[in-house]
Order: sequence, then structure tokens, then C-alpha cells
Amino acid sequence: MTDVAQNSLDAPALRPDARGKDNVIIRFESITKRFGNLPAVDNVTLDVREGEFFALLGPSGCGKTTLLRMLAGFETPTEGRILIDGKDIANLPPNRRPVNMVFQSYAVFPHMKVTDNIAYGLKMDGVSGNEIRRRVDEALELVKLGGLGERMPDQLSGGQRQRVALARALVKRPRVLLLDEPLSALDAKLRDQMRSELTSLQKKVGITFIMVTHDQDEALAIATRCAVMNRGMLAQVATPSDLYEFPNSQFVADFVGRVNMFEGVLEKDEQDEAVVRCADFSAPVYLDHGVTGARGTTVWVALRPEKIEMHKRAEGQTPFKMEDAPQGANVTPGIIREIVYLGSETNYEVELEGGRRVKTFRSNLTRYDQEDFTHNEPVWLAWHACSPAVLLS
Amino acid sequence: MSEAATPRPRRERPGPLEYLRRWPLRIMVGGTLFFLYLPLITLMVFSFNDSRRNIVWEGFTLKYYEKAFSNASLIEAFTNSLTIAFATTILSVILGALAAVMLWRFRFPGKTAAEGGMALPIVVPEICMGVAMLVFFARVMPWPQGLPWPANLGAIIIAHTSFAFPFVATVVRARLASFNRELEEAAKDLGASEWRTFWDVLVPHMQPGLIAGALLAFTLSLDDFVITFFTAGPDTVTFPVKVYSMLRFSISPEVNAASTILIVVTVALTAIGLHLQNRNAQKTKA
Ligand SMILES: Nc1ncnc2c1ncn2[C@@H]1O[C@H](COP(=O)(O)OP(=O)(O)O)[C@@H](O)[C@H]1O
Ligand SMILES: [Mg+2]
Repeated sequence: MTDVAQNSLDAPALRPDARGKDNVIIRFESITKRFGNLPAVDNVTLDVREGEFFALLGPSGCGKTTLLRMLAGFETPTEGRILIDGKDIANLPPNRRPVNMVFQSYAVFPHMKVTDNIAYGLKMDGVSGNEIRRRVDEALELVKLGGLGERMPDQLSGGQRQRVALARALVKRPRVLLLDEPLSALDAKLRDQMRSELTSLQKKVGITFIMVTHDQDEALAIATRCAVMNRGMLAQVATPSDLYEFPNSQFVADFVGRVNMFEGVLEKDEQDEAVVRCADFSAPVYLDHGVTGARGTTVWVALRPEKIEMHKRAEGQTPFKMEDAPQGANVTPGIIREIVYLGSETNYEVELEGGRRVKTFRSNLTRYDQEDFTHNEPVWLAWHACSPAVLLS
Repeated sequence: MSEAATPRPRRERPGPLEYLRRWPLRIMVGGTLFFLYLPLITLMVFSFNDSRRNIVWEGFTLKYYEKAFSNASLIEAFTNSLTIAFATTILSVILGALAAVMLWRFRFPGKTAAEGGMALPIVVPEICMGVAMLVFFARVMPWPQGLPWPANLGAIIIAHTSFAFPFVATVVRARLASFNRELEEAAKDLGASEWRTFWDVLVPHMQPGLIAGALLAFTLSLDDFVITFFTAGPDTVTFPVKVYSMLRFSISPEVNAASTILIVVTVALTAIGLHLQNRNAQKTKA
């Protein structure tokens, strides 16, 4: 279905930094990891390309960290192979792998000052003293810690400690940098700042980054490509915009962003149009593209709240007409039950005739927009023929 | 800030958790301190008493210290004790640290048994340990007689180490519980071998535990009487055993003087150890 959907729309452009470098640097081949009998990672096959900022996204406990730790060498896969630059790394211990990790707790050595922390990896590699000094200074500048080199870790803030951990890993110029939940321990303001710094840092050093996160905002904002995981399995691998706009399953649609999900039956499916009948709406859902499914198949219609328009409704009025759908399709009556004003936008909950509640957002484009609708007001909800994502699972 | 504006009542009522400001606890604390320290203070004070009998204060003197220092067998016993304590400390710290790391790090069959077995010397009555050591060194592995000093102290050092190292292991194990395993992984991730990781990351983390354990082992060994009594021969008298034998003749102020020196040495060493540990804790604050 995703393919068809993509054909009918312009494929989202690749980000400039992800374009042109598509040689695979890391390959997971049918990787399974069991703890006892429970699979923490279940038959994952995945390629990460050179220069990507790749995110492993999924709810807590879905196996993201385990996958990362297998790459770093701290866990051994039960089945499958991991290749770095085409070479199987099964026999390489962690200290010989060309990857470095920024740990969730940062794991900065508490008894070493900042420069010694950063120099540690180089010392282990037998780099000469002068070279070490030069590269440590460079790394300190890179993570904006210039002048703090003589401090002990307990004299640093959490954010600064994270920079030490970053510098310590980057100074070794790894093929791939692994980051486990890099932003989860920072407070909200610092998190926003660190987000953009991570992005620019990655561009500057040109190293492939793989980040683990449970926060979909974070993944969408930072990553060039994401893998969504669910219970140890890969649910979808795509660019952030593809994940959001073209999810391949209810799980992805629900996990990435907010969504209204309606169960329905596929009533008509042709090359360039399709119709789904949902129990929650009186009107049919009309789509301007085909869905690959047989007539009568159960499908799910995923509608993002910001893609639903709201219009005033009076008793006895003919239904609102959506310009790209037949009369009476893609529109449903309801009553506003809840209003949450958030400044930049207002969130509404609208109760449909069957009792089902639907979320919709409205941007406050002028200073009076939030006054347009009030509690218990009857409205039409309407959406474009290209807006719903139809999911087969 | 402005005390003149809001004069406080002279005595506030104690807060709900300020137990020390209520009389029942004050009496308990006072009583404890009294019975804990008064005997020690008496002992020290009477070591300066110018009287053969330790009953009434007759005037200040240092002559019993002179006597103690010129008592060759007392000095020999003291040297023996210090030598044994140093050797015991070194052995106990090495064995205890290794045992702690092993129990913390690995899972192996019989681990619980090993853990319990190691704690045994802590709980077994000392008199039993003493008799056991006596039998062991008499029947199973007799320590050769007539060895030159300090090899003749070997049996006592072994006996002391066997009851002191579990204390070190317990202290170090407790310290290891707070170790962040990611530090170890970080070191390996940066290219360190197992061995380098152990020295660069684990040992610095254990250091306060090692110092505390060393202090424990040293003081345990220095003042042990019961076990030493059963393992010591005529030419390996330690300080506590010597004091005991002196007491059998009379309670002379000389014994007080010798004991005072022992107390001062122990307290000084503990203070130095604690000071080192504090400085370290402040430096690394893990
Ligand atoms: N060392 C381990 N022993 C047993 N189970 C583990 C171990 N590490 C992880 N798990 C289990 O594997 C699953 C995935 O864990 P993890 O990879 O840490 O998830 P995530 O990072 O996505 O939150 C969880 O159910 C967790 O309990
Ligand atoms: Mg995790």
C-alpha cells in the first residue's frame, strides 16, 4: 500500500546529507537475541548507510538497546550475523570494534579529569603523547568544552558530562558512533539545544550515528532515517516524514505522532480511487489512490488530527462538500466536546453521532481563531482524499 | 534576615525529627558515651599516675613509659604485633579484594556456598577459631620451629589473615554494589583489555573500600588476643599476649602505659586512613 501511496504523491526528497552516500556500513542479518527463552530482538535485518543519522525508535523494552549492544560487542547474537564494512564482526571483542558508544549514564570515569577521560581511548590505541594532546584539544573544542579540560567529572553539569562522553567517543574517529537515549536525562530546554547540536555535530564530523530513543519527536527531529521496533521486531524502516505520513501498520501510525484510527471495510479498490466504509461515519471514506486489497477486506483508516478540517454546521444544512471528494464523502457531523487551547494551536475533541470521539488540531493563524468554535457546537469534520492512510495490519 | 523585626522565641520546641533535643535520647547518648569512654580514659590517666597501685591519684609521672620502653620483651612483642599486622593487612586486602570481585562478578555453581563459607570466620566464635588453628598447626600443617624472625611469625600471620580477609571482602563487596557496569563497558569500548579495565576503572572505584578494609584488617590483627594465644609459641609473643601475661603478676601502671601506646597507635592509624579515604572520596565522589 505504501508503494502505491508513494506513486500518487511526490516521494519526499531525501535530506541533502543523506543523498549520494548509500554504501552500506552496518548490516544486521537475521539477528535474533534471546534472554532465556524470551526473544529481545527477533529476526532483525537492517542496513545502515554511511553518513546517516540513524534512529532506532520504539517503546521501552522493545529491544533497541540490545540491538545497539550487540553492535558494540557487549551482547552476542543468538542467531544471525552483523557486518561492519562487509566483514563479520562476531569474533571481535568490544575493544577491537571500529564503533564507539555514548552510554545512557554517560559513564564518564569519575576519577579522571576531563582531558584524561577523552585521552583514554587514544592511550589504549598507543597514540603518541603529542598527537593525543592535539586531538584531545580538538575534541574539546568540537563539543564546546574548551577551558574545562582540567575539571573533574563531579564539577560538571549533566549536559557537560554528556559532552565529555561524546568527545571521548568521537576522538577515536570511529566508523560508527552509537548513542543510547542521549537526550533522555537532560531537562527540556537543554534537550532542545542538544538536539540541534547533535545534528550539526554529525554533519561536521561526517561519522555515521546510530541513536536509540523511545521519543518519537526526538527521532523525527534528528534522524535522517528511522527504524521503528515493536517487541523485538522491525515494524518499519523509513525517513521521518515517510514514517509519519505513510505508516505501514497501526502500530507505527499510533506510535509516531497522534492519530485517529477507524476500523472499516474496503468497498471499492481501483487504480486511482478507493472507498472504505467505516462504522463510525455515516459517510464513506473516499481515497484518491488505490489500496492493494481485495474487496471486503478489513482495513484501518488512520487520520492525523491536523489533517481534519472543522466547519460550522447548522440543522438541516446539506453536508459540507470537500472539493476533492464526491458529495457526502470524507465528511461527518459531530459535536465539540472538549477544547484545549495551547497558544500556537487549539486541540478539539469532537463526538461523532455513534459516540466515537475524534481529535483534531487547528492552528491559530490569527489572534481570534480560538474564538471560532465553542463547547457543544455542532460541526462538520472533513478531510482531503489524500489525507487518510489506509492500513492493512 | 531581619531579626529585630521578628523576634524569635528564645527556645523553639524541638522539631519532629530532632530527637537529640529531647531528654530521653540525651540520657541514652550520654550513658553510652560514659560507659564507652570512661574506662579508656581512666586507663590512660592512670598510666601517668605516680603510684604502684592503680587506685588513688598520687601525682604525674612518665616513669612507667620509661619502664615500658626499656622492657625488651615488651618492645619485642610490640614489634611482632606490628609486623604481623602489616603482613596480615597486605594479604587480607589482596585476598579480600579478589574474593569480593569474584563473588560480585561471576556466577558459578556453589556461589552461595562460597559466599556463606567465606563469611564463616566472621560469625564463628573466636575461641573456636583459636582451637581450630591450634589443632591445624599442631597436627595438619605444623609451622617449622626455630625459624629466624620474621618467618617464625608465619603461623600467626596465616591465622590472622584467615579471619581478617572476610571483613575486607565484605567491605569491598559493599563498595562494588555501587559500581556502574557501564563504566567497565565504556573502558572496553574505548579499547581497554580486561586487565586494563580492571586496573583503570574497577580498582579506583574499589579504593575507598580497600582503604577501609585495610584499616579493619590492621586493627583486627593488632589487638587480636584469643586466636593469637592459641597459635603463638614462646618466641612469638605478641603485644596483647604479653600484656595478658604481665597482668597475671600484677596490674602495674606499666601495663597501662603500654596499652595507652597501643590505643594511640590504633587511633592515629584510623585517623590517617579516614583522612585518606575522605580526601579520595572528595576527589572522585563516585
Ligand atoms: N541482560 C539481560 N538479561 C535478561 N533480559 C534482558 C537483558 N537485557 C535486556 N533484557 C530484556 O530484553 C528486552 C529488551 O530490552 P532493551 O533492549 O533494553 O529494551 P529497550 O532499550 O528498547 O528499552 C526487555 O524485555 C529486557 O527485559
Ligand atoms: Mg534502552
